[in-house]
Amino acid sequence: MPDPIRMTLPVDVAALAGLRAGDEVLLSGAVYTARDATHARIAEALEATGELPFSLGGQVLFYAGPTPSAAGRAVGSVGPTTAKRMDAYTPALLDAGIVATIGKGARAPQVLEACERTGTVYFAAVGGSAALLATHVLSAETIAWPELGTEALVRMELQDFPVFVAIDAHGGDLYAQAPSAWRGVEKR
Amino acid sequence: MVDAHTVAAAVREAIGVAATSLRPDVLAAMRAASETEASPRGRRVLHQLIENARIAETDGVPLCQDTGTVWVRVELGVEERLGEPLQPVIDQAVRDAYRKHALRMSVVTDALFDRSNTGDNTPAFVELVTRPGHGATIQVMLKGGGSDNSSALAMLDPSAGVEGVKEFVVRTVEAKATGACPPLVVGVGIGSTFDKVAGLAKRALLASLDTDSPGRAGVLERELLGMVNATGIGPAGLGGTTTALGVKVLTAPCHIAALPVAVNMGCSAMRTATVEVV
Repeated sequence: MPDPIRMTLPVDVAALAGLRAGDEVLLSGAVYTARDATHARIAEALEATGELPFSLGGQVLFYAGPTPSAAGRAVGSVGPTTAKRMDAYTPALLDAGIVATIGKGARAPQVLEACERTGTVYFAAVGGSAALLATHVLSAETIAWPELGTEALVRMELQDFPVFVAIDAHGGDLYAQAPSAWRGVEKR
Repeated sequence: MVDAHTVAAAVREAIGVAATSLRPDVLAAMRAASETEASPRGRRVLHQLIENARIAETDGVPLCQDTGTVWVRVELGVEERLGEPLQPVIDQAVRDAYRKHALRMSVVTDALFDRSNTGDNTPAFVELVTRPGHGATIQVMLKGGGSDNSSALAMLDPSAGVEGVKEFVVRTVEAKATGACPPLVVGVGIGSTFDKVAGLAKRALLASLDTDSPGRAGVLERELLGMVNATGIGPAGLGGTTTALGVKVLTAPCHIAALPVAVNMGCSAMRTATVEVV
């Protein structure tokens, strides 16, 4: 595996064009957590005003619901939730200005198409590694909807947060491509 | 002497341990897989998960941010006397443990009509069965949404047989594994009735990965593990030869017309505990 690519957020879509499905990336800078209930509210605001709320244009959404602060860290544990539950909302959010999403698991064809159309990407973080991932979160600040509990919109400042490019801006899809290389291959 | 409060105390204790420390047999299987995994990216993922387990245990933080719903199965000796209904005292134990260990509250009031968070991760999902004699065995599972969502159930025709069961298990893994946080522990239930077969699959997840089940179930487990790992889905679903760390099978009697089969996915942060109280 080549060394990971370091990327600072927020990032311009032009800088995402160099990424390819399978690349390992270390993200530093701001992301916004949003999962099921959060997406319903963002979509509602977008529908009502024609714009993303809370200046989310140009930002990155992290599909996650953290545990409370613990062990002297901003959050105790935080990792990706299953991205496909957000698929129904994602194309419209990418069209409105979200530049990348972070989650886990394969996505619907319309997300692949939307990434290609908008020059945006989908990063996969390793599910089940939330204690480790939390050590890469410097701060967490609730921006909106605290009544949603763990589903509130939270701005997180990341440092060297490890992800893989799962869908790139050129039609590459790691979840679709990667298994074929190892199908039927014996363990070492 | 076992009563409702002894059971609840065991549940309270088990939640904290299960949330923050990876089951020893799962960790051992993950370490072994990190040596045999053929994909460099897959090895990277496995090393990340092993390091995650170390951090969680050292710092006392959850292995996964999805600290799950609480599933409890109590096998109670008939000589014991609970003294009061079990559900409220277990719910209080869940409430206490989730606050104390700063776990995530992940339960909504009603699946369809009121999706407001209950705020304390209750209710627990409790089942009580009896056995002869004294004491109780208490099994606790913190079950994440991603892996439970990736599960499936089929009422096969008996003529489908072993091949039909294998096909259903592998097809379910191929369709759903990437959202279930592989490497998986795959629980397979076969037999009983429509409602009970899912319970069998869930209980299968509690069995140790250190040994195969006895008899033909063990043979089927090894065959299924080979087939699941041959899918190439790999660690985190990003390609590789370790899609599952283990497959566990539980079988039961059933109707002459039936062959119920259920797959309950367990994730890489498989969190269960079994406690004996006397």
